[in-house]
Amino acid sequence: MFRFAITRIAVLLPTFIGVTVIAFSLIRLIPGDPVELLAGERGISAERHAKLMQEMGLDRPLHEQYLTFILDVFQGDLGKSIRTKTPVSEEFFALFPATVELSLCALLFAVAIGLPAGVLAGVRRGKVFDHSVMTVSLAGYSMPIFWWGLLLIILFSGTLGWTPVSGRISVMHFIEPITGFMLIDTLLQGNYAAFNSAVRHLILPAVVLGTIPLAVIARQTRSAMIEVLGEDYVRTARAKGLPPWRIVGLHALRNALIPVVTVIGLQVGLLFSGAILTETIFAWPGIGKWLVDSIHRRDYPSVQGGLLLVASTVMIVNLIVDLLYGLINPRIRHAR
Amino acid sequence: MALLDIRNLRVEFRTAQGLFPAVDGIDLTVDEGELLGVVGESGSGKSVTMLALMGLLPWTANVTADRMEFAGRDMLSIPPRERRRLTGAEMAMIFQEPMSSLNPCFTVGFQLTEAIKVHQGGTRRQRRDQAAELLQQVGIPSAASRLSAFPHQLSGGMNQRVMIAMAIACNPKLLIADEPTTALDVTIQAQILDLLVQLQRERGMALILITHDMAVVAETARRVNVMYAGQQVETRPVDSLFDNPRHPYTAALLDALPERASGKTRLPTIPGVVPGIADRPGGCLFHPRCRFAQQRCKTNRPELESDRDGRVRCFFPLDRGEPTDWPEDAESRGSAA
Repeated sequence: MFRFAITRIAVLLPTFIGVTVIAFSLIRLIPGDPVELLAGERGISAERHAKLMQEMGLDRPLHEQYLTFILDVFQGDLGKSIRTKTPVSEEFFALFPATVELSLCALLFAVAIGLPAGVLAGVRRGKVFDHSVMTVSLAGYSMPIFWWGLLLIILFSGTLGWTPVSGRISVMHFIEPITGFMLIDTLLQGNYAAFNSAVRHLILPAVVLGTIPLAVIARQTRSAMIEVLGEDYVRTARAKGLPPWRIVGLHALRNALIPVVTVIGLQVGLLFSGAILTETIFAWPGIGKWLVDSIHRRDYPSVQGGLLLVASTVMIVNLIVDLLYGLINPRIRHAR
Repeated sequence: MALLDIRNLRVEFRTAQGLFPAVDGIDLTVDEGELLGVVGESGSGKSVTMLALMGLLPWTANVTADRMEFAGRDMLSIPPRERRRLTGAEMAMIFQEPMSSLNPCFTVGFQLTEAIKVHQGGTRRQRRDQAAELLQQVGIPSAASRLSAFPHQLSGGMNQRVMIAMAIACNPKLLIADEPTTALDVTIQAQILDLLVQLQRERGMALILITHDMAVVAETARRVNVMYAGQQVETRPVDSLFDNPRHPYTAALLDALPERASGKTRLPTIPGVVPGIADRPGGCLFHPRCRFAQQRCKTNRPELESDRDGRVRCFFPLDRGEPTDWPEDAESRGSAA
């Protein structure tokens, strides 16, 4: 198990280097530069432009800039935002909990509904329930996030008036951040009205963000379940006279979970990219919205640093999933 | 009264090409403590018969019978909950592939104690002791430490022993062994068979041994049931079956035994394969592969008739390798050969 973990970690290093290259170069491929956008519509003289670029070190050759960037990264320094002059990591980690909270809730929603739906669809293969789950999940998978989000806002916030349109919490409440997670902070401070407000703000974005992962998880669970239910050991379990819930929920599900956990891990990357759209639609003050704003302003350090941190998070989550995989599947745990 | 009494069992599978009769009117009786051998090629319906009894067939299967009784209980109308109380406890089954028949995600001990827990209860400690004892009984060395092993850490033979331990955990009255040695190598095969026969004698349980290996039957069973294409073709005590097989198919199976082919340069085989859904013949199901087939065999389907010490499904049953009651006129005879 230890060797397994070490090899998984070693593989991450080249991936990390690759991400730094991509994060660094992609933002520079977009036309325009930070100085131009800082100046705004009034424009800026060529001399002043050149001087500012020089001050920021953006006039140097690209490979030099990259070298400075990566050397700083390995010292834990992601640079300062051009726009706000605060360190990128500080900005990132101030907003990060909001995105994590949203993504976790979305994933929770996706797993809590997708997993049982997939299991039941697999068990009832070919029946009405199976067909309904597969149709609905295909629809959910195909629905563009921004469109789906707007539809829900129109229905639940507009017509029904059940949920707020945007934001993370009502302006009536002021919550001193402790952990940065609104649900936890409101509870820690015993402010149940604020907690209620936070939950109501969270529901729609979490549903919107969780829809695609839900569809993927439901479909993967279903097919894994169908495959596993045909296995010899399921027949053995039935031959032992075990009750059906135990056969499905223990003997079959434990094996079906192996591919499903992998897929859930892969959804984390999807969640972050989905969060960018979702946060923009719901004005959710998280990493996604911050990244989009930074891109608009060509805030190079924020974009490359932010991307790097997001990518690192995804890599770490996938590493955890790989290790979990070993826990679920004893055959991997024992393999050298 | 017989422990197991099955009359006219039919199992049909719904397939894309229509209904396929995998089992076509099987009669089967097993007395308490009896060892019955069931032989036949792949696809002859041996396993399906037993899976139907155990209630383990997939939903595409349609099971009908005039009677299906086990220990005095009607297995056709039995509610699922009642059936679960019987399966794994009073009747148990082991399968062909020991490696895939055990759940790879759980330890041997878990899977063994689970069977005990569901049917007998008891404390965790008791179940664990009992499981270790069972492993010892089926000949697994250092049994107690093997409880925490996963199936992939054991060999195929060991896994089959675990399967056997699991099956006998609740002292079943009937154990069905579905080709228990097919997937194992030859030296292990004999060990597993010996173990099964030994357990059957010690515990006085009935054992149905499904196999396609006549040699295995000769060594173990007292009565033999020969199946072909979902039908019984012959049943009788093992000695007289080997001494004087009456159905041409039984005779052909016996001829294919290397031990019996001494002096011949080539081992006799049976040409062709068991008919599937597309090529199920009219008349006697075996006639396309039968050396002795007549005109009548192509048009009429023979019934399973009592004769001497058993039953046979043939118009012209063999006696010492020669067909009896052959038609006199050469015309209907000659056209068949």
